[in-house]
Amino acid sequence: MTIIVRTTSRLLFPFIFLFGVYIVLHGHLTPGGGFPGGVIIAASVVMLILAYGIERAQQRVSILQAEMLDIIGSATIAVIGILGILLGAYFLQNVFPLGELGKLFSAGNLALLYIGVGLKVTASILLIFYAMLSD
Amino acid sequence: MEKVQRALALVLVIAVGVFLTLTASSIEPPFGSFPLRQVGTEIETSVGQQYLENAPQQTGAANVVTSIVWGYRGYDTLGESTVLFTAVVGVLMAFRAMRRNE
Repeated sequence: MTIIVRTTSRLLFPFIFLFGVYIVLHGHLTPGGGFPGGVIIAASVVMLILAYGIERAQQRVSILQAEMLDIIGSATIAVIGILGILLGAYFLQNVFPLGELGKLFSAGNLALLYIGVGLKVTASILLIFYAMLSD
Repeated sequence: MEKVQRALALVLVIAVGVFLTLTASSIEPPFGSFPLRQVGTEIETSVGQQYLENAPQQTGAANVVTSIVWGYRGYDTLGESTVLFTAVVGVLMAFRAMRRNE
């Protein structure tokens, strides 16, 4: 790509990444959550793929790292679910303190579950793009 | 013959469109309001109204959609992420097998 596209995407990458992280972390406070936030984070890396090519993007996030991220996201959801059983409640039931309504550290396990979903969706979209693009 | 078919298709499409528009405009209760449930002589509010009133206290989440997605309907969303995982595994299998055969 031309130097204009490369420079713009390099400058925009951290802001789009940060916006995706914000959407994931504030999933229990504002509209959004793990699914759209994960797609936004993945889209920031896809923008790097478009500007710099697949090799440069895989230097930042390799295929193995994306696979690990996918498994970590799934494991987060499963561990939080089973934690409910271990602590004497039902599967996926909230065992953490609810906190104050509207604060970042509130809503117990809902925020943690959305972080797991965000990791999972990011890694999934990236893996699909890597699989379709790399030859 | 083709012209007759096209005219018939057009008439059919317009008829279905008019039917749907008239039906949708006469649905009770109107869009945006909650249907009320009558048990005996008591009129109860619907499940959507219950969620809106109780979700912030019960789950602690300010976003009611989140409290339904992971709080009340947690199993559903767990299955949803399983579907996503399976879809990714399927795509990776298909593309990596295709590359190996080349």
